[in-house]
Amino acid sequence: MTQTTLHPYLRLSGLEPLVVRPESNFINVGERTNVTGSKKFARLIRENKYEEALSVARQQVEAGAQVIDINMDDALLDGVQAMTTFLNLVQAEPDIARVPVMIDSSKFSIIEAGLKCVQGKCIVNSISMKEGEESFIHQAQICLDYGASVVVMAFDEAGQADTLQRRIDICTRAYRILTERVGFDAQDIIFDPNIFAVATGIEEHNNYAVDFIEATRQLKKLFPLAKISGGVSNVSFSFRGNDPVREAIHSVFLFHAIKAGMDMGIVNAGQLVVYDEIEPQLRALCEDVVLNRRADATERLVAFADTVKAKGKEAVKDEAWRGASVEERLKHALVNGITDFIEADTEEARQKYPKPLEVIEGPLMAGMDVVGDLFGSGKMFLPQVVKSARVMKKAVAVLTPYIEKEKEERAARGEISPAGAARILMATVKGDVHDIGKNIVGVVLACNGYEVIDLGVMVPADKILETAVRENVDVIGLSGLITPSLDEMVHIAREMKRRGMKQPLLIGGATTSRTHTAVKIAPEYEGGVVHVLDASRSVTAVSSLLQKETGKNYLRDVRAEYEALRDQFLGRQRQKVLIPYEEAVVTKERFDWRNYKPVAPRVNGVQVFRDYDLATIARYIDWGPFFIGWEMPGRFPEVLSDPIFGAEATRLHHDALKMVETIVAENWFSAHAVIGFWPALSNGRDTIALQTGSGTVHLESLRQQMKKAIGQPSYSLADFVRPADAANDSKESAAQDTDYMGAFAVTIDGARAHIDRFAAEHDEYNKILVQILADRFVEALAECLHERVRKEHWGYAADEALANDQLIREDYEGIRPAPGYPACPDHTEKLKLFELLDVTGNIGIELTESLAMNPPASVCGWYFAHPQSHYFGLGKIGRDQLEDYAERKGMTIDEAEKWLRPVLE
Amino acid sequence: MTDIRTALQQRILIIDGAMGTMIQRHNLQEADYRGDRFRDWPSDLKGNNDLLCLTQPQIVKDIHRQYLDAGADIIETNTFNSQRVSLADYGMESLAYELNVAAAQLAKEAVQEYLASLPQTTNDDRQTAFVAGAIGPMNKTLSLSPDVNNPGFRALSFDEAADAYYEQVKGLVDGGADLLLVETIFDTLNAKAAIFAIRKYFRETGKEPLPIMISGTITDASGRTLSGQTLEAFYTSVRHARPLSIGLNCALGAKEMRPHVEELSGLADCFTSAYPNAGLPNAMGEYDEHPADTAHFIEEWAKEGFVNIVGGCCGTTPDHIRHIAQHVRSLAPRPLPIVEKELTT
Repeated sequence: MTQTTLHPYLRLSGLEPLVVRPESNFINVGERTNVTGSKKFARLIRENKYEEALSVARQQVEAGAQVIDINMDDALLDGVQAMTTFLNLVQAEPDIARVPVMIDSSKFSIIEAGLKCVQGKCIVNSISMKEGEESFIHQAQICLDYGASVVVMAFDEAGQADTLQRRIDICTRAYRILTERVGFDAQDIIFDPNIFAVATGIEEHNNYAVDFIEATRQLKKLFPLAKISGGVSNVSFSFRGNDPVREAIHSVFLFHAIKAGMDMGIVNAGQLVVYDEIEPQLRALCEDVVLNRRADATERLVAFADTVKAKGKEAVKDEAWRGASVEERLKHALVNGITDFIEADTEEARQKYPKPLEVIEGPLMAGMDVVGDLFGSGKMFLPQVVKSARVMKKAVAVLTPYIEKEKEERAARGEISPAGAARILMATVKGDVHDIGKNIVGVVLACNGYEVIDLGVMVPADKILETAVRENVDVIGLSGLITPSLDEMVHIAREMKRRGMKQPLLIGGATTSRTHTAVKIAPEYEGGVVHVLDASRSVTAVSSLLQKETGKNYLRDVRAEYEALRDQFLGRQRQKVLIPYEEAVVTKERFDWRNYKPVAPRVNGVQVFRDYDLATIARYIDWGPFFIGWEMPGRFPEVLSDPIFGAEATRLHHDALKMVETIVAENWFSAHAVIGFWPALSNGRDTIALQTGSGTVHLESLRQQMKKAIGQPSYSLADFVRPADAANDSKESAAQDTDYMGAFAVTIDGARAHIDRFAAEHDEYNKILVQILADRFVEALAECLHERVRKEHWGYAADEALANDQLIREDYEGIRPAPGYPACPDHTEKLKLFELLDVTGNIGIELTESLAMNPPASVCGWYFAHPQSHYFGLGKIGRDQLEDYAERKGMTIDEAEKWLRPVLE
Repeated sequence: MTDIRTALQQRILIIDGAMGTMIQRHNLQEADYRGDRFRDWPSDLKGNNDLLCLTQPQIVKDIHRQYLDAGADIIETNTFNSQRVSLADYGMESLAYELNVAAAQLAKEAVQEYLASLPQTTNDDRQTAFVAGAIGPMNKTLSLSPDVNNPGFRALSFDEAADAYYEQVKGLVDGGADLLLVETIFDTLNAKAAIFAIRKYFRETGKEPLPIMISGTITDASGRTLSGQTLEAFYTSVRHARPLSIGLNCALGAKEMRPHVEELSGLADCFTSAYPNAGLPNAMGEYDEHPADTAHFIEEWAKEGFVNIVGGCCGTTPDHIRHIAQHVRSLAPRPLPIVEKELTT
């Protein structure tokens, strides 16, 4: 274990630390946020234009100021109030607040007001012994109570030190008092040995700069841990109005003072010229003045100064982003929280886009998505996000009148009745005080045109629900950060149900989760409960909920998702309880077979389709699983606007569509299929007998054994085929008694060659793309073929007319479960299917010894036509069923166990 | 009583675990919180855990005792929210001083009863235990505006915060606390108000200042406090308290806290402390890290020499503390760094 060594450096902090090390060279303290030094800043503060005043501070930091000096000493200002207001605002600007603050005032009350606003370690500028030791000690004590370093002016009861000796004497006395009587660390003491103007024409002033530099040298020798600072622009005061000369003097002065040990200085951080780059003649003249090298130095510099043409110098702010497109500029402003140009940029965007609302939905939301992303990955932190929200709000404010006007115009034309904005009620629940996230969500929702009613924090259920009813809100949003808030949310959901409320309930906040919402909250309330991960997602959720057409579908999807989550969670939680197999057989799913009229397939026996049309197949592609394949989960097409990977998903989708085009055009793949249908009857248990030309084939299925609620059947695929005894009972003729089943196998061949080709070219991207697309094609072929089977080849749903998304949602009648998948997990049934269809002979799919299909882009399955047939997951089965199954299959128990292991307890 | 500084140089000290988690186990109802005295109090009191020092003192004392039995060297008073700013939620501002006195007395009693129960051996290093007066972050922040449209707004002034903390400190000292612990610091300016109040209190009363422990909270992946400071900036901002220890607690589990504890160990010229949560909350918002796992992580830091004081925050129990104590018992504490007197490059 090694012992750390720490050095007695001056350590300051804003949001980030600033350590003044010997090698730090020189610390720039930005001077422009000083009403005594900057007319512009003074005017902004006097006119209450704090936003713009903040840009002055930001400009200093961007220009390299490592500390910002803030001074509000103006007779026309309430200094305490101005200092407080400005510093509070600075704290909300992380790109400014990251640097430490130097609180600068000649009034100690203003200094103390400033110290009360800043969490970081500040520098107080300044205290002195002007009013005697007692006051000095008192003020130093207070500075230490707030943890600030102090600038000590070389000033005592007798006045400001203007000679070298007085500078040394006063500083020495102050140092002793601070270290010995107040308890300051030496490194927290910063001397300001007074920088006075030189070249004033008064002879006594000529040595001021030399005295400062010499005082610096001696003080650093006496008190090596203490620091030396000063207001640099004072030195050139007599050249005011002539910036080039002033800057040259500053640079020359600093060059020598820093060599003598000056650690920091108050400078215009954007305007420091490099010593070496000063025009040599000017530099020599400045040096004569600063170092007091010749009697006529002042005259010579003054004479030269008149010849120097003042060249306006641009602020060294990085404004390159201003040249980008308006969309980029809006994004930049949002991400960086810059309000300076937001109004003009928004106006520009408004003129560019057909509708003002599109500016919000387009570039502004795109920018907020980036913010959400950066925040999520820890690259932005809360204050920045809040700031971005504010920029957003300003932008929306520009657009609102136009949006309103458009609405009115539409209303006047009688197009759409001007429905008021949807209302969202938001509250942090009782017992919880955390509301920052909720506020962000509120702002973002308001930005999107919703009316947000925010009840604040610690809001009892009663108040939330009463307000919701009274204000007739459309959505209720609850937030909470601490664990007990979760219970309170459950309570509120329960209350909503009890009161018969209908509004959807949004759940958000740090401890909330989708799982908790699904398991604990959603079951309590039927009006719809949605968990929202973050602000950007809350907008998607609210807009989906409130759209008349999609709201119901959205809620249905969420419910389905939560149900799955719940099952998953409870499934993991609970020890599975199984019922005996015989009991499961008795509680099988029963259908009204008497009124069921099986449709005889139009195709008899087996039919083969070789080289199925690729263009037709491509129309059936389900893109959802495609993105899951790329680890971009989400529904399609929503995934394309996903806040995190939406842009990447869009690019990917674009590439994929291009490749699909090529695949079709250049026949990269060949698609083959085989189908067959047979008369079939079940035995009332788990065996289905198919009547083929060459005799009876028995298909064996497995039955759920999990304990379910009373009245819930135990599913088995065999239940979807008419039982033989039901047929016998029927008075109908034998021909109509039979039921039917079908089977299919499809494959996409030819992908391998392209996969290998891309692999050889080290083109992993296209390799994976073609691989995943082959899978999509084979699934699409299965879907396409299933449709044709329903309509033509079997024809049990000849009138079906479904859109692609309905196909994906499996809105059609009948199912096509695949052996090895949840409803029928035994792969060995595939052997029967292959034999029935002569899959290998007809379309070339081969089975590996573990019964996987090759080519890998192959699918096979059974067709069931019963309108109430459905997919299900088998779940675990018991030993009793295993034994029964092994006997039915003619397998040993060991063999059956091997194939069924995943479903065995 | 052994001086805590001496003890800290000899071994790693153990601070107790969660109070709230243990109180939850009692499943107290509104009436339990109210007791006789507050039967007719106008606002709901359920959840006001600090009030239990007055209405259910035996429960609080018993929790202290469980932690002492588990091996805690430092127990925290049940005063996380006992200052008038937070107590205003319950209209209990006027009880601030009383709550702190009562809480400190309870903890002291628990320590005395515990020590009295120990076998009388002379060289047991656990013949002493310290009561840390817990000073929480308040429910309002001084650096952040609760109103995003008005970033310059503050729901609380520094003076209000400092006055509230002053009253709390007075109560804790009068009740007999051995240490003051400013903890769970989300916003450094709130902590600075607490430090301001502590310094002012001891200066004005002329009492011997109690050692101060400071413990901040790193809230998320950015590695910063909620108010946006980096760890080093945070430490720099509170170092004027000349704390006995600087450390981290809450928000993170031991696993996530490790890099921050390591960083702090390299920065601090005082002792270091760390008392993480029992992991991160699971999907149900519960802390479910096993005591052995928490202890395993902490043992690893301790072996690296990062820490002087370890324990637990949200979700930790006497079991966690027992495991932690067992795991670090034989390990050497972090040596205090060498602080140079002169500048070298």
